[in-house]
Amino acid sequence: MAGRTFVVLAVVVVAAGVIVTVLDVNQYYYFAAYVVLQYVVLASAWNILGGYTGYVNFGTPAFFALGAYTAVVLIQSMNAPLVVQLVAGAAVAGTLGLGIGYLTLRLRGVFFSIATLALAVVLQTLFINWEYTGGARGITLTRPATVPLGGSYVEYLFVVMLVLAVITVATAWWIEHSWVGRGLAAIRDNEEAAECMGVPTLRLKLVATTVSGLLMGLAGAPFPYYVTFIEPASVFDLNYAVNSLAMPMIGGSTTWMGPVIGAVLLGTAQQVATVTISSALNLLIVGVILVAFVILAPEGIVGLVQRLVRRGPA
Amino acid sequence: MNAAAERGSGDACLDIREVSKRFGGFQALNAVSLRIRPGERFGLIGPNGSGKTTLINCISGTLRTDGGRIVFEGADITGLAAHRRTRLGIARSFQIPKPFTSMTVLENLMIPIEYARLGHRDGVVDEAMGILARVGLAAKAQVPSRALTQIEMRKLELARAMAARPKLLVSDEAMAGLSSAEVDDILAILLQLNGQGITVIMIEHIMRAVMRFSERIAVLDAGEKIAEGTPDQILGNKTVERAYLGE
Repeated sequence: MAGRTFVVLAVVVVAAGVIVTVLDVNQYYYFAAYVVLQYVVLASAWNILGGYTGYVNFGTPAFFALGAYTAVVLIQSMNAPLVVQLVAGAAVAGTLGLGIGYLTLRLRGVFFSIATLALAVVLQTLFINWEYTGGARGITLTRPATVPLGGSYVEYLFVVMLVLAVITVATAWWIEHSWVGRGLAAIRDNEEAAECMGVPTLRLKLVATTVSGLLMGLAGAPFPYYVTFIEPASVFDLNYAVNSLAMPMIGGSTTWMGPVIGAVLLGTAQQVATVTISSALNLLIVGVILVAFVILAPEGIVGLVQRLVRRGPA
Repeated sequence: MNAAAERGSGDACLDIREVSKRFGGFQALNAVSLRIRPGERFGLIGPNGSGKTTLINCISGTLRTDGGRIVFEGADITGLAAHRRTRLGIARSFQIPKPFTSMTVLENLMIPIEYARLGHRDGVVDEAMGILARVGLAAKAQVPSRALTQIEMRKLELARAMAARPKLLVSDEAMAGLSSAEVDDILAILLQLNGQGITVIMIEHIMRAVMRFSERIAVLDAGEKIAEGTPDQILGNKTVERAYLGE
């Protein structure tokens, strides 16, 4: 897909989102769509490090929660507007990504993954013991009285998350189609060969951890106003780690489209299951679908379609 | 003598000075010194485990030396990261081919063109196609690199190294396991590159190829240089014979 087509598509998506808020439908749909879009951001962000670069990150909850807690601190201390929360949440989570990159990127394969898992645990412990942001009990937040766009605040948050999703997917698209993406793919395929071909492997991996962490923090920043109640157990939920990994795997982890498809399908399925059956069923659904894909279509939906198309005409 | 050697290092393409490398209690390289002249065809041989690949890894920068210095075109590169050395003009091929498996053959070449020579963004595809034509892989440009045969992978290794526009090419056993005709194929490519002024270090077990190719040869055994000279001198060397065949 050419750059111009992509930009047009992005604008159309955002415009459609704004138009949708005019419709007079049940508020729950915006509420549910927000979660799906949040997963588009998380899955696409995860994929920059996990799919493009080949470093599997189990620490999504750490970056997501850091974005959310940064927003909490800003609301508590100065009642900062949402835009400030977004920028700060992204910056703090991006800094964490850079730091974690420095500390752990000499570890390869499963050792890197274990380190990221530990990161989430450490950070959760930290916030459980920090009273200012509510500690283990959690903290209740009040949304601003005025809604910038008109309509309800949930509709507003839905549009915000839609814009964040478009920004994230655009970032992933750019990386994939640039020399940066080719360098990351070389690292994924063979790190030693990449380094010997002139690829600055350490620096590029730091770019990947930073951008990936930053975007995850961006997804977390509007969360306090979305749920209006933040507690460590829910923002550090393992669901975020599992979903942001499973969605790209199911959709296809080598293209920007994969995480989007995976997040929309799996995210929607989870929302439907939450309403119709039970919320506890979510992880089971993810687990079963993931196992099925790993066995039957290891390259995800995108890979499966590509394979069928290639076979088709011949 | 020492002062003369110091001064003379300016003329060397690659000057390896008493390089040592240990892995735990195992001394893989023990104060190995080599001077390779610009444009030279240099052969590096030795029994299995003698330290040839370790030395190559120290030259290309994937391993850090424990002692000694490596000087490339008069500049000390001992502490430099591998990708910086590639940008300075040292390229290598791997003994076991390491293609970028998710990419096509053509895309494999784009990596060194884009990264080893910074700022090089235009005409990348044309140049890559030119290199593929020279090694006889032009027809395979759009094929996924993992689908290549063994000889094609060896050629891709060399093509990728060529795409980095090296001044020094280190070929690590590019011919192992190939048929005699295929060995000639690879040899022709290396000779052609050398003809363009690229210095070549060839590590090889196939004696027929090394002897034919090299102007000078060094022999490693148990991490030490035991001989150095022209192919004829090496063939007549009793120490080398002992290292290969035993007492």
